[in-house]
Amino acid sequence: MSILINEKTNVLVQGITGRDGAFHARQMVADGTRVVAGVTPGKGGQKLDAVPVYNSVREAKGDHRIDATVIFVPARFAGAAVMEAAEAEIPLIITITEGVPVLEMLEAYHVIREKGLRMIGPNCPGLISPGKSKIGIMPAHIHLPGNIGVISRSGTLTYEVVYNLTRSNMGQSTCVGIGGDPVIGTNFIDALQLFEDDPETAGVVVIGEIGGEDEERTAEFISRSVTKPVVGFISGRTAPPGKRMGHAGAIISGGKGTPEAKVKAFEAAGVPVADKPDQIPALLKERL
Amino acid sequence: MKIHEYQGRELFARYGIPVQEQAVITRADDAKAAAERMGGFVVVKAQVLVGGRGKAGGVKLAKTPEEAVARARDILGMDIKGELVEKVIITPAAEIRKEYYVGLIMDRTSKKIVLMVTKEGGVEIEELAVTDPEKILKFPIDIRSGIDEDALVAVLTDVFEKPGLIAQAKDTVTKLYNLFVEKDCTLVEINPYSLIEDDQLVALDAKVNFDDNALMKHDDIDAMKNAEEYSRDEVDAKSFGLSFVSMDGEIGCIVNGAGLAMATMDIIKLYGGNPANFLDVGGSSNPDKVLQAIRIILRNPKIKSILINIFGGITRCDDIARGIIMATEQIDIRVPMIIRLVGTNQDEGRGLLEEKGFAVADDLSDAVQKVVAL
Repeated sequence: MSILINEKTNVLVQGITGRDGAFHARQMVADGTRVVAGVTPGKGGQKLDAVPVYNSVREAKGDHRIDATVIFVPARFAGAAVMEAAEAEIPLIITITEGVPVLEMLEAYHVIREKGLRMIGPNCPGLISPGKSKIGIMPAHIHLPGNIGVISRSGTLTYEVVYNLTRSNMGQSTCVGIGGDPVIGTNFIDALQLFEDDPETAGVVVIGEIGGEDEERTAEFISRSVTKPVVGFISGRTAPPGKRMGHAGAIISGGKGTPEAKVKAFEAAGVPVADKPDQIPALLKERL
Repeated sequence: MKIHEYQGRELFARYGIPVQEQAVITRADDAKAAAERMGGFVVVKAQVLVGGRGKAGGVKLAKTPEEAVARARDILGMDIKGELVEKVIITPAAEIRKEYYVGLIMDRTSKKIVLMVTKEGGVEIEELAVTDPEKILKFPIDIRSGIDEDALVAVLTDVFEKPGLIAQAKDTVTKLYNLFVEKDCTLVEINPYSLIEDDQLVALDAKVNFDDNALMKHDDIDAMKNAEEYSRDEVDAKSFGLSFVSMDGEIGCIVNGAGLAMATMDIIKLYGGNPANFLDVGGSSNPDKVLQAIRIILRNPKIKSILINIFGGITRCDDIARGIIMATEQIDIRVPMIIRLVGTNQDEGRGLLEEKGFAVADDLSDAVQKVVAL
């Protein structure tokens, strides 16, 4: 099994005719994802290969069952695209776009929660249940079907971790990139709860980074509510305070968000923290 | 993005938040006329983007216009935590009866905009939050519904007590909130928010931070950007679509993705090396970006080696390889490079590099150990 997506998930691509949207829509199809429709305002009636393009999410929903939408729309319009998907009540809204204004996501966050929908991202690589479905931009070929869950605030660092897991023959149930922004739709705790409830996930890797206090709260949640083994990793241990390190959310400010506090919180919750990604498989194997 | 106090005060004035008169000067002699106009008794304040300027001696009282010139001369040219003071403001020295604090922040946890207000203004709010957190009243605001006025008045009543002051504070908070939401701020702070003559509350300082992601919507705010917030290398890197932060080590880093870039620096440190920079070449596959990245890194005279760590996803390894080869042909790369390439099109990328005599690693720990040993 897997969390959030599987081989039956029908996917809509918002921004499907754009450079990134078209490239990754094709990539997802090649990786076996059921991409059933796309949206680009003003391009309704066209096709991207075999995938029909619509003017709006609502129109696409009229013709197809849609379980999830993935947004590749440029930052300036991404907030509106998220709200459009929410208004059309798409259950799972995945925003890949980087650079979306934070206050727009603050508003979208509350709207989506109230409607009982789920947002992943923004500024994330998406998610993959290897061998079943990929909704995002990660290279599918480094993954292997299996029973390890992966949750991460980062993109390429997740690939690094997955690459090491796969090399150690530890396959993945689902890998979720939750995003590197200060306001994201799904946090570590939300994803951990899903993995805890998934009978086929045996252990979880949590990849955090400097900024905010999500990792600290996650540690508390793990000691209270997670029975499965968890291994952690924290990036940004050498980052200077006050500087934004690429991700909008990766900043140590006012003494908050430090790597030391995060590592300490994880360790206090019985979660070993790897110093480098290639130590993760062994740490996890010991605990399975 | 951060702005100077004087820019924050100008913004406050535009929003109708009471501030005092100010003169921004860059030459000490200009302090005289400004101080004379303001009645002689003034404050001279360094304009820097870093915090803690008061403790560093960047804020001084002057009782006469001549003294204002002397104080301005002391402060202009000072180095405050590595930032050169190029501007000071002259502003009237008010008789302060009481100092409050009013601030708005975006709270990542509750996903609300939170108003913080306390009677204990004038001190470092971060310190107060640690020592006496109960003295800071917090009032969450849902961005969809805005301020609940009755609830706001209830909170302000606890702090400001007198009806006249409560009304002034309510007006200021409302305007501050409008500024926060309309201009996509991440922080707006008045510290101190001071009670001066005639029972008037005024903002004696202004701290405003903006969401970098939203600058594309606000040309007026973008125009307030200060070059001193970023190093020349950071500005140049940005113009090429690279995310760059200077560090003080000697190993230059070129990585794709922010998380992996941070982890790469961490692993360098773990093996006893010191990273010279954070550099994320981003997701796209433009060979020119690699060339520009190497060019910017090589400007640093301390550089002893370069580590290139690429995990191809959207980024294609062959494009990175082309960028590296282009760089070796166009610039003198005076230091050794260790290259690690994995992911999309890795075989093509390695083939190109090996043809030119480069060794390419596939394991990150190996690559880091090699670069540290150089």
